Amino acid sequence: MTPLFSVRGLEKRYGARIGCTGIGFDLWPGEVMGIVGESGSGKSTLLSCLAGHLPPDRGEVIYDGRDVLAMSEPERRMLARTDWAFVHQNPRDGLRMAVSAGGNVGERLMAVGARHYGDIRETATDWLGRVEIASDRIDDRPSAFSGGMQQRLQIARNLVTGPRLVFMDEPTGGLDVSVQARLLDLLRGLVRRMGLSAIIVTHDLAVVRLLADRLMVMKGGECVETGLTDQVLDDPQHAYTQLLVSSVLQV
Amino acid sequence: MTAMDAYNFAYLDEDTKRMIRRALLKAVAIPGYQVPFASREMPMPYGWGTGGVQVTAACLTPDDRLKVIDQGADDTTNAVSIRRFFQRTAGVEVTEETEDATIIQTRHRIPEAPLQERQIMVFQVPIPEPLRFLEPRETETRRMHALADYGLMQVKLYEDIARHGRIATAYAYPVRVEGRYVMDPSPIPKFDNPKLDDSPALMLFGAGREQRIYALPPYTRVESLDFDDHPFVASKADHACDICGATESYLDEVITDDQGGRIFVCSDTAFCRSRQEDRQ
Repeated sequence: MTPLFSVRGLEKRYGARIGCTGIGFDLWPGEVMGIVGESGSGKSTLLSCLAGHLPPDRGEVIYDGRDVLAMSEPERRMLARTDWAFVHQNPRDGLRMAVSAGGNVGERLMAVGARHYGDIRETATDWLGRVEIASDRIDDRPSAFSGGMQQRLQIARNLVTGPRLVFMDEPTGGLDVSVQARLLDLLRGLVRRMGLSAIIVTHDLAVVRLLADRLMVMKGGECVETGLTDQVLDDPQHAYTQLLVSSVLQV
Repeated sequence: MTAMDAYNFAYLDEDTKRMIRRALLKAVAIPGYQVPFASREMPMPYGWGTGGVQVTAACLTPDDRLKVIDQGADDTTNAVSIRRFFQRTAGVEVTEETEDATIIQTRHRIPEAPLQERQIMVFQVPIPEPLRFLEPRETETRRMHALADYGLMQVKLYEDIARHGRIATAYAYPVRVEGRYVMDPSPIPKFDNPKLDDSPALMLFGAGREQRIYALPPYTRVESLDFDDHPFVASKADHACDICGATESYLDEVITDDQGGRIFVCSDTAFCRSRQEDRQ
């Protein structure tokens, strides 16, 4: 078996400051990796570099045997809307707020050449159902949706083309706790059923405990500890990881 | 000194006309591609056809015969003022007959009479970017054109069907040129879209405020975007002209009183008049 996604020696600098440096890992098909760390530790920079939103200064990113950084823009865009998906923290960044829910889900289909209205609508209805949005809301705009529904809609829009790799940037940030729990449950179900590989950036350890197989802890732009999620969370080795784990509030 | 001698031929100075002609040549070379040009201020407000007037000025020769229409009519304000503008600044002959004209500047219509090879159509364009209301960033729309990334255009049509049960876009209906660039055909009714396809005449589009020129060379393939199960239909009012009786021309609805009285008449006044004359 070969890894689906490989990263070697990735570095991104903002002038003299380090965004992230010396990052390397392999992601295997069906595996979910969590990236945790405090604000400013370079998590989001790393994710943007991986997803091709930011050009890294050094290192290589290989997806399915192809060098992502050497790809042309059309190839990368094609990849970003077929094999990849990106779930933003704020659904407003990932949705078109002036376009109906059905149009939002259908956009990726139409972008890859779907030209049959009935089929597009059927697929969109199906996907709204899978993320627990009532089918009679298909023609409503996302601005009429609650925060949790918007986030679920964004997930449907991303998964509709059957991607193999999903990037998530704080998918549960900004949602209240009960909605978070439902969203996590939904995500876990989708990831398992579709056999997705995913990279989840978050500062919420509960999210990675629930979703991630493997964990990477970042501090100051560097990876300080990696390992299986339970192993890292139950027996943290690095001082910073220990701090992070002990900072979780117990109710 | 007569008014004629007070201006350079066709108002614009020669350097400006050269600049516009170069933009036109590039536009013809890349059908449907929006070429930026240094639009000049014209002695009329934006929205009154400053782009079309500049293109016409750059194309005019003293031997040309000019026709100007506004929504198909030769006798409305916009048409009359632009026609008079070129009579005064270029001294060219003008006509109302589509067949006699060598250059036809138009706002929002293509004449009913078939166009010919020696003719140039000049369209006045308010918003040249078909993706504008879907994607407000110019940098992004230009990249989308560069990559032929047109899924978003289809989303607009999807929204139309979702909301109205059919593609309700009735004018400025997006077209794809030679299977490559998606283009806004200016706010012509979609009834006129099929006339763009494989037309023997050269079609030039000028947007003055937005500083863009684009073109369709003669015999260019122009397809209207649609869905497989919701094909493009060139629609018009289901009526005959109340003056000339034509059933195949595009009609305007005219309110005649405050009792609900209305008539449908040809929007192309020259076409309607010639049919009336034939009947007499």
